[in-house]
Amino acid sequence: MLRLDSLVKKYKTGDMALKSVNLEIPNGQVLALIGPSGAGKSTLIRCVNRLVEPTSGNVWLGDVELTRLGSSSLRKARRKMGMIFQEYALVERLSVMENVLSGRLGYTGFWRSFFRKFPQPDIDEAFHLLERVGLDHMANKRADELSGGQRQRVGICRALIQNPEILLIDEPTASLDPKTSRQIMRLICELCEERQLAAIINIHDVLLAQMFSKRIIGLQLGEVVYDGPPDGLTPEVLTRIYGEEDWEATVERVDEDNLDAPADILG
Amino acid sequence: MVASQKDNSKVWQRRTTLQQYSVWLSWLIGLSIFTYCWQLISDKTIWMFVMDATTQASDLAERMIPPKWSYMANLWEPVWDTINIATLGTAIALVFAVPVAFCAARNTTPSVYFVRPIALFVIVSSRSINSLIWALMLVTIIGPGVLAGTVAIGLRSIGFCAKLLYEAIEEIDPSQVEAITATGASKGQQLIYGIVPQILPAFAGISVFRWDINIRESTVLGLVGAGGIGLQLDASISTLAWTQVSLILLVILGTVIVSEWVSARIRHSII
Repeated sequence: MLRLDSLVKKYKTGDMALKSVNLEIPNGQVLALIGPSGAGKSTLIRCVNRLVEPTSGNVWLGDVELTRLGSSSLRKARRKMGMIFQEYALVERLSVMENVLSGRLGYTGFWRSFFRKFPQPDIDEAFHLLERVGLDHMANKRADELSGGQRQRVGICRALIQNPEILLIDEPTASLDPKTSRQIMRLICELCEERQLAAIINIHDVLLAQMFSKRIIGLQLGEVVYDGPPDGLTPEVLTRIYGEEDWEATVERVDEDNLDAPADILG
Repeated sequence: MVASQKDNSKVWQRRTTLQQYSVWLSWLIGLSIFTYCWQLISDKTIWMFVMDATTQASDLAERMIPPKWSYMANLWEPVWDTINIATLGTAIALVFAVPVAFCAARNTTPSVYFVRPIALFVIVSSRSINSLIWALMLVTIIGPGVLAGTVAIGLRSIGFCAKLLYEAIEEIDPSQVEAITATGASKGQQLIYGIVPQILPAFAGISVFRWDINIRESTVLGLVGAGGIGLQLDASISTLAWTQVSLILLVILGTVIVSEWVSARIRHSII
């Protein structure tokens, strides 16, 4: 279980990115975090694994208080949090296999990782994951030869090979076309279901959020303004999150999309 | 840049009147300085010598032709020395340039206020002194010969390589490093997985580029006694052996062309 306790992040510029956020995510729950640009979505998930240092407040993963950890125990704790990025953030000049195995760096010594001598179980797991996302034949390709959707699949493998308890996912579909976006979201949700993983998915596409997640958090200017099921996103709620706009079309389209989406994806 | 209202239509000008005048004034000052300097040089030139420059040049050319091909037997070794000075010098420079570059780059330096200024100072001091001057000093310190030349080339190249490399390090994509960090990787692992793959092409390009420059620089180091083909050049000029000089110049030209070709090929295949 992940718990955020009055989490505050104030940037040096004086911007309050997060204003006392309280959040509790039970094991195995996939949660979509929506909100306009600059609402603090990226900051929030980066405060969890402390790529961004929170100003105050606590983050608990299980019974570990992440916000108190020193650098070496923080590295150990980061192994339990897989992260997936908007622009994939693969190391472009390394092979697909090296990118996937880089998810094991937290478990591997410096020289072993330097000479790419990863333990055989890690390599087996890497092949298994690549096979699961349909990229086993790509293992020796360089990451920059792959298409967007393929790269994001590699990003997913890199996060999963960490054997995490939770996935922190930052705009996984922002650089992808609508079809690939849905495939990637479906894949992420299936994998979370298979492995009973909790996940925070930052996403600015309200429709996708409603399609794939059973709990939606609306963030606006660093504050949680909505926490509830996808069908609670009425025009009034969307106005509260994003500001005044014509939301009727969005809400209607959602209903149609829900009919199209196979029920098993949602578990 | 400037828009003002005039008779119901907006007037756009690139500069304000004041800016326009200051540009004009800058040109005036620049041209005046140029004219003055031209005058100064003209006054200090003995034009009589310049007048017969063509005769002198053709005279020199006549004495240079044909090159004394038999002298080639004495040149193979100095050419080999020259190439070795350049190659070893570049290698030495790279060994030192890499850590200096990581200390100088804003995103990898251990301390912005303490280590970084030192690294930048190393870069500037290495770059500000020409390799010929380094060689001149080193010949007095460690004596004439190939070693002095190699060290001179090395010292001059540290700054060049480190500067280009630290700029490459500062331009890396931080999100790739962030992703590696998020897996729980240590600092060293972030370096070898997140940063090194990104700067490897730049590193290879810089090394080959500097090697190519060093071949050219090491051909003149002999003029101050630091080994290489310049030694023969100096001796030939002092003894007015112009047919040897022309052969040496041809050999230098050939070496430089070959090195440029090699470096272009290597850079092309890496990047």
